[in-house]
Amino acid sequence: MLEAFLSSAIAMAAPILLAALGELIVEQGGVVNIGIEGAMLCGAFFGLTATWFSGSLALGLAAAIGAAVALNALFALVVVNLAVNQVVAGTAIDMLALGLTGICYRRIFGVTGRALTITPMRPLALGPLARIPIVGPALFDQNGLVYLAFVLVPIVGALIWRTRFGLELRAAGERPEAADALGLAVYRLRWQALLMAGVLSGLAGAYLTLAYANTFVEGMSAGRGYVALSVVIVGRWRAWGVAAASLLFGAAMALQFGLQAFGTAVPYQLFLALPYALTIVMLAIVGGQAQSPSALGAPYARL
Amino acid sequence: MSAPRSAPARGGSAIARLAAAIRPVAALILFAVVIAIVLALVLLTLGASPVEVFADLWRGAFGDWLALTDTLVKSTPLIFTGLAVAVAFQGALWNIGAEGQLLIGALAAGAIGPALGGWPHGAAIVAMLAAGAGGGALWGAIAGGLRARREVNEVISTIMLNFVAAQVLSFAVHGPLMEASGAFPASAPIAAAATFDVYLAPSRLNFGMLLAAGLAVACYLGLFHTAAGFQLRALGRNRRASAFFGIPIARMTIGTLALAGAIAGVGGAVQVSAITHRLYETLSPGWGYEAIAVALVARLNPLAIVPAAVLFGALDNGSQAMQRAAGVSPELVYVIQALVILTLLAFDASATGALRAAILGAPAAGPDDPGAPPAALPPAAPIATRDA
Repeated sequence: MLEAFLSSAIAMAAPILLAALGELIVEQGGVVNIGIEGAMLCGAFFGLTATWFSGSLALGLAAAIGAAVALNALFALVVVNLAVNQVVAGTAIDMLALGLTGICYRRIFGVTGRALTITPMRPLALGPLARIPIVGPALFDQNGLVYLAFVLVPIVGALIWRTRFGLELRAAGERPEAADALGLAVYRLRWQALLMAGVLSGLAGAYLTLAYANTFVEGMSAGRGYVALSVVIVGRWRAWGVAAASLLFGAAMALQFGLQAFGTAVPYQLFLALPYALTIVMLAIVGGQAQSPSALGAPYARL
Repeated sequence: MSAPRSAPARGGSAIARLAAAIRPVAALILFAVVIAIVLALVLLTLGASPVEVFADLWRGAFGDWLALTDTLVKSTPLIFTGLAVAVAFQGALWNIGAEGQLLIGALAAGAIGPALGGWPHGAAIVAMLAAGAGGGALWGAIAGGLRARREVNEVISTIMLNFVAAQVLSFAVHGPLMEASGAFPASAPIAAAATFDVYLAPSRLNFGMLLAAGLAVACYLGLFHTAAGFQLRALGRNRRASAFFGIPIARMTIGTLALAGAIAGVGGAVQVSAITHRLYETLSPGWGYEAIAVALVARLNPLAIVPAAVLFGALDNGSQAMQRAAGVSPELVYVIQALVILTLLAFDASATGALRAAILGAPAAGPDDPGAPPAALPPAAPIATRDA
């Protein structure tokens, strides 16, 4: 029971963590990407579709990354080069993804969905470690994307705080005018951040279809992209904070499976609403935005 | 932006002035053409004829009397949610939560509706609308309070509240409010006294459209002809400066989001009173999100919300006919909405000069260009605005 819950919590945390690490990079550069929800949805759909037609999980992952990167490139074109309102543009990107995946889904697989399932990614048990009681299966018997998500935590942290790119990116996020005056290419830095985030949110989306649900349902990202946005805030714009917050939300989502064992006395809607309500409560507890990059969300036009 | 730039030709020849004046219009036309081409390409790849699809769209929206009146009926909730978005956006409060506010408003109205049997018609209607306003206001005020007291970004809180509202409604129609037979996840029908009269039967035209239009006028007067409206718009332009001028930021924030919620909530109540007469889960097809496109097309002007909402109502209504005739997915409407929003944002960018800078790679004339209209969206940073 506890073993299953821990395992499920980490499995639910992984896609949120992948997406949130991408959002962390983007936000350090001063951009808020609400379109992350749409990028995940595109990753989920195109990852599944490519796998369905080719039978190859690798091609599926590549397609998921390609679709999400393309969507983020469109977002970058609008918010970086045209310096428009990032929240509104991001919302439009989400609608675009919802529409495009819906249209393609019906077109390719018909209205009924035609038993659209694939052979999912298998868990990779790490030898004897996976047999440790209680924590073994949760930590060492997951699929490759779960390991990747957690391995990326220190890597993304180092990228942001230990490399020249990270330093320049943070400058673009704190004081874009000053960064520009120093000769840093603010637009290019923000583009690079958004393309990296595209890769990560594509993987996060692919996780939903290739490792978790094994099928596609319209709008199946179900707000996980928005949860990832909140995770960055709750994690105080730090890689390890983001990891911890992702685990918390993963646990909240896993609760619905754990508590269903207690019977139907509790309405299922409570569990479905729990991650979203928890997000609001967590944001209220953490409060404030003092840790955020100064220029976060402000359009910067290099005129 | 005071970055150095090569001297712009300011106040020069008549041709230069004319060029400056038509640039935004030209940009809009350019992007409208781009959108039409993109849409036509999408339709062609789907194997549908763009001409036929647009013809079906038109027939479905305006083809005959019933289509026309149904377009107006489908526009009504969009006027309410469009106003809820526009009023909040004027204050740079990014209310993405009109969807949830409408659902909770509908829930409140639908909950009391069945119990209003013995009431006089007028009183029952007022009670329904008041319940809707109250429910929506509560939902908006949660986001407002969190923003004002805990600096919780309203974009995320309103999105999350949308998801929570959907689950609350789902719970209500599966649980406490479920109709007596228990066969369907829907509430009991509201009392006859609480339903709107239909004008011009067999159409579904009702009092809701008039109410929505009246509310649009009220919002316009409130925003542009009252001190509070001025303060809200000042807040939208510069939150910090507004604080220095003594505008009560916390109260404005909570009040504005509560008001926006109340407007969307009334929209929910109207939908229950006039059209559905009961609650069910799929009450709204996404009016709260579509409202963002409506508000942007209207340039956040409440009076322009009415025609903008009719435009999108026609799109919704026409697309249903289009689906039946051309077999095009209903999701095409989302794509159109998204493209409309992105186009209008690019149009805004043409006003600030960013569009030209992006296309030509050259320094733009800047926002103080004499021919350039102001951008419709308040420029304040959406996330990092800290209250002084």
